[in-house]
Amino acid sequence: MAVTSLSPPPVPLLKRLQKPRIAALIFAIAWLPLMAYVMAGDQLGDLEQYVLVPAIPAVILLYLICMAAFRESWIALLGATLVFFWFFIAVAAPYLPLIDPNKPIAPFTTPLTEKSGFFFWLGTDFKGRDMLSRTLWGCQRVLVWGVTATFVAYVVGTAFGLIAGYISGWWDEVISFLANVLLSFPVMVLFIVILNYLGPSGFNIVIAVTFASAPAIMRIVRGLVLDVKTRDYVFAAQTRGESALWIMVVELLPNVRGPIIVDACLRLGYTTVAITTLTFLGLGLQPPDPDWGLMIKESAKTAMLFKFSYMLLIPALSVSSLILGFNLMADGLREMSLRD
Amino acid sequence: MVKLIGRRLIQMVLIILVASLLLFAIFDTPEFKRRLAVQELGGFAVSALSQDAYNEWLARRGLDVPFYQRYFNWIGKIVQGDFGFSYEKNRPVGPLLADRLANTGILALCVFALMIPISLTLGVLSGMREGSGLDRSITFLSVFTTSIPEIATAIILTVVFALGLGLLPAKSAMIAGFDPWQLVLPVLTLVIYDFGYVARMTRASMAEVMTSQYIRTAILKGIPYRRVVMKHALRNALIAPFTVIVLQMNWLLSGVVVVEVFFEYDGFGKLLLEAALFPDVEVVQACTLVAVVVAVTSQIISDVGYTFLNPRIRFS
Repeated sequence: MAVTSLSPPPVPLLKRLQKPRIAALIFAIAWLPLMAYVMAGDQLGDLEQYVLVPAIPAVILLYLICMAAFRESWIALLGATLVFFWFFIAVAAPYLPLIDPNKPIAPFTTPLTEKSGFFFWLGTDFKGRDMLSRTLWGCQRVLVWGVTATFVAYVVGTAFGLIAGYISGWWDEVISFLANVLLSFPVMVLFIVILNYLGPSGFNIVIAVTFASAPAIMRIVRGLVLDVKTRDYVFAAQTRGESALWIMVVELLPNVRGPIIVDACLRLGYTTVAITTLTFLGLGLQPPDPDWGLMIKESAKTAMLFKFSYMLLIPALSVSSLILGFNLMADGLREMSLRD
Repeated sequence: MVKLIGRRLIQMVLIILVASLLLFAIFDTPEFKRRLAVQELGGFAVSALSQDAYNEWLARRGLDVPFYQRYFNWIGKIVQGDFGFSYEKNRPVGPLLADRLANTGILALCVFALMIPISLTLGVLSGMREGSGLDRSITFLSVFTTSIPEIATAIILTVVFALGLGLLPAKSAMIAGFDPWQLVLPVLTLVIYDFGYVARMTRASMAEVMTSQYIRTAILKGIPYRRVVMKHALRNALIAPFTVIVLQMNWLLSGVVVVEVFFEYDGFGKLLLEAALFPDVEVVQACTLVAVVVAVTSQIISDVGYTFLNPRIRFS
């Protein structure tokens, strides 16, 4: 009896999976196939049909982990639920019983009607393509390009921020000045100029988002590093004779992580807005594959009747729900970090 | 104070110069010029363009002069008010840009006139009693409205007020002269998107002031709560939102592009996008440069205004 009471209480499975390394691994299992599917779907060949299968349980598991981790804040829970709903749809879209999103069937069919042997829950667009199918498929491209662009911007911004903050001196002067120059362009103007020069495509959006977001990220990281770099453990590392690179990556980076994660959630929202807007403006992702911004762009000319306004409302509400999810998650995370 | 303004002004000129250099260089690369030549000469592909035709085109457009010479030429002309020539619209860029900027100015003025009172009131109300029910609902509202992108707000407003209720015009092209009703939807869209951020900043500033020593002293002295807020707290709490509002110019110039394109309002943003899609390089360059100048100027106004308004800095 006494022996059993001494043994530590069993740790629930979801608690154990919350370790950053394990969560990151599960995220990779869910994310990498999706990225491959969207960015290089044509080159996968027969594999294309099966590549997303392991991602589905991974997304569900990841959602459960988030649920357990965000228990304290219902705002974060709500945000995570919205985000993971779209993440799940993106991964599961090929296996859902949906009509081909690019197949024209019956133009201008209003929602909840049956036509040509199909039942259209959300109606069809001006070309007769199923709106439900296009909306659900559409989140794939927005999600994949949005997250990729934000990630690349973070890598670049954090690297420059660490250099500017830790090495300082001339490096700091030059990097900060260039960041100021880029920040003096209104974001959308900068996007238009860069994409006008590079041409519209997903990879070019990643470049444009990096140019627009990295300076702001660099400023945040630089500020955090300036605060952290006078701590004792940095001096200890310097005394041990560690290289500047080692100190930046091993000592500084993990200690500025907290505020960066909150900012990353917010920035995911901005990037999603940017991609949808750019596609609407004709500078982003190209037809015919479905995409929310593209759906708005294509319907903006034809759906100017109340009867057909569902063509505009559905993608608008979808993109809003995803962005709301990111923003609520950021808010909840900030609240939780303030509480600790 | 004068020293600070001087330093900021020098920095501003430097930033504008570097930005203009980048802007000029990006559209001056051989690939881009070739693409432009093909488009203007009516060829099919960049590879089909013969070197002679390309050289002739360069000479005709005056692009065969060395880069730095053309850059200084361009800057010199802009300083004198000559912004180049629009090949798409077949008229000088200067008057065209002035027209469009005036239209966008009207739009921006209306947005600020509505947004400032709304966001400041909401921010002060929620910052006054942090954590109260009112505070929580205002915070949630502002997160909610800033989460809906301008394009979605524009769609929802159009569907409800123009297509559904038929109260307002759906487009703002102003074909039959100026019509204030056509401004309502674009202005509302921008206000709904923008007010949340300013309200949250005001709330943070107000909440900070309300926890400070002198407010506690004032309340403990028995001064009525209303009077403490109006006389003691507001003055200091509104300094930070001032900078945020001025900096909002930069955001507005982004939002204006989407709203103007969606509502077909003939403003600066629509001009920039049309020029970029054409591509009408001199218009893109002129628009972007104007946007940068406006953004940098607003940054300086916000910086200098902050130090001017803040008594702790002003009197030190």
